[in-house]
Amino acid sequence: MDQSETMPVVRLKNIGKTFSNGTVALEEFSLAIHDGEFISLLGPSGCGKSTALRLIADLSPPTAGQIDWTAHRAVTRGGIEREIGFVFQEPTLMPWATVYKNVYLPLKLSGVAKADARPHVEEALELVGLGDFHDSYPRELSGGMKMRVSIARALVTKPKLLLMDEPFAALDEITRNKLNNDLQLIWQKYKLTVIFVTHSVFESVYLSSRIVIMAARPGRAIAEINIEAPSPRDLSFRTSEAYGDYCRRASEALLSAMDSRDQM
Amino acid sequence: MTENMQQDISDTNSAALPPTSVRPQEKKSLQQRLYPIILPFIVLSTALILWDRTVVWNEVPHYIFPRPFDVVLTLIEDWSILSGALLNTLTITVLALAVAVIGGVGLAILFAQSRIIEYSFFPFAVILQVTPVVAIAPLILIYVQNTILALLVCAWIVAFFPVLSNTTFGLNSADHYLRDLFRLYGASNWQTLRFLRIPSALPHFLSGLRIAGGLALIGAIVAEFTAGTAGTGSGLAFRILEAGYRLHIARMFAALLLISGTGIAIFLILSWVQHMLLRKWHESAVKREH
Repeated sequence: MDQSETMPVVRLKNIGKTFSNGTVALEEFSLAIHDGEFISLLGPSGCGKSTALRLIADLSPPTAGQIDWTAHRAVTRGGIEREIGFVFQEPTLMPWATVYKNVYLPLKLSGVAKADARPHVEEALELVGLGDFHDSYPRELSGGMKMRVSIARALVTKPKLLLMDEPFAALDEITRNKLNNDLQLIWQKYKLTVIFVTHSVFESVYLSSRIVIMAARPGRAIAEINIEAPSPRDLSFRTSEAYGDYCRRASEALLSAMDSRDQM
Repeated sequence: MTENMQQDISDTNSAALPPTSVRPQEKKSLQQRLYPIILPFIVLSTALILWDRTVVWNEVPHYIFPRPFDVVLTLIEDWSILSGALLNTLTITVLALAVAVIGGVGLAILFAQSRIIEYSFFPFAVILQVTPVVAIAPLILIYVQNTILALLVCAWIVAFFPVLSNTTFGLNSADHYLRDLFRLYGASNWQTLRFLRIPSALPHFLSGLRIAGGLALIGAIVAEFTAGTAGTGSGLAFRILEAGYRLHIARMFAALLLISGTGIAIFLILSWVQHMLLRKWHESAVKREH
């Protein structure tokens, strides 16, 4: 993909975000995200990666700089096309509603009738492998299953941009690896653009087409690595020399981003 | 891909459990099921027997302290009077609770929409709550001409605040990630209220409701006592006062029994409502297998 020629889906220009208590979460942060990319924001705690994601989602206004996006968030009521999906660190499901109702929520808020929404909800649930769990309550599900529901919900509106904030951080290694693989396949199938926040070098190298390494105090980008490996990737990539090489480069960049005060 | 995921999901679901021997399990659940019924029954029966024997052995006259059996007899004999009184007290209690719920929830929703409204009016609610209704009741009985209405107001005052306070708290307790999600999808204020904040508030509302149920009864009784001393009224509390003047001690006990029974019934009904609404999903209601 020739990135210089395509219009970016989202472009952040010299974004700054200072909170009311004085913390400078982001400073002079610029990023252009192109269609179909899988970008990881990699950095220690406090480097502003989650803040950057929230700014892109318009959940928080920047205190400086500008965000241009071709994917506009204003959508007419009843429209199914919704531009942004967000997966939080916690599954964030409504505990009083069934899996089906949880995934239906984004469409319901856009005014889509139940009957019209049914195929979309079912498709999203099939996609994450929870087709048999329509009537289960979140309480009855494991952590990995709840996260799948959260992903299904983010995808039900067929968004252009998928934002994920350390979604697999709370899960065990095995589930995490599985979901990494599933996420890749979804990314390919739906031709999504994904911005993925993580503090795991291994995860970012495995999943991304590009890694942006960030540092804290103030939050800023300090390096970028393009991962030139074909997708979809699998176990053979994880054990390949190229993977190890990329991981080394990313780790080194990350280390240079951290000082004695930083923690992962 | 889908087949793989289906397979893996069924793998994580069918965790292999070690076999446990049947007999210890059986015994445990029998214990668990019988103890909550047998133990209170034994204690209550013992207390009743002690009561009865104490009265008999000390030859206490029935107009000072009746035997349990005398109370039951009086209850049956005076049933026509007592049942009428019970109905009156019950009506006031239930109506007051209904108004407290409607008013409390309505006001809580109003408070949740605007911090300004909440800060302005919450002090009134607090003042109303902390001032003992015993002290307010005489004033209300003077100002409100209709006695029934006056009783209703008194009972409503005590029941109103727990509903308002708990529901307001609940409406403001929605998970902040969920609130972000609603904003992300452009939900209107009304949609956020209806689909997020109200369901979030439900457990809190229900615990406020259980408290309010008991308090509504207390409020009704207190109001009746206050009204009764002025010579008017026809609820159970009034009957207690009246019986007291005439030294019908057994009838006082009988009326008390009915009041306690009403309180227990209200508690059980509201607990059942809470259970029915929360049983599928709330931590407090769902059974957990170990």
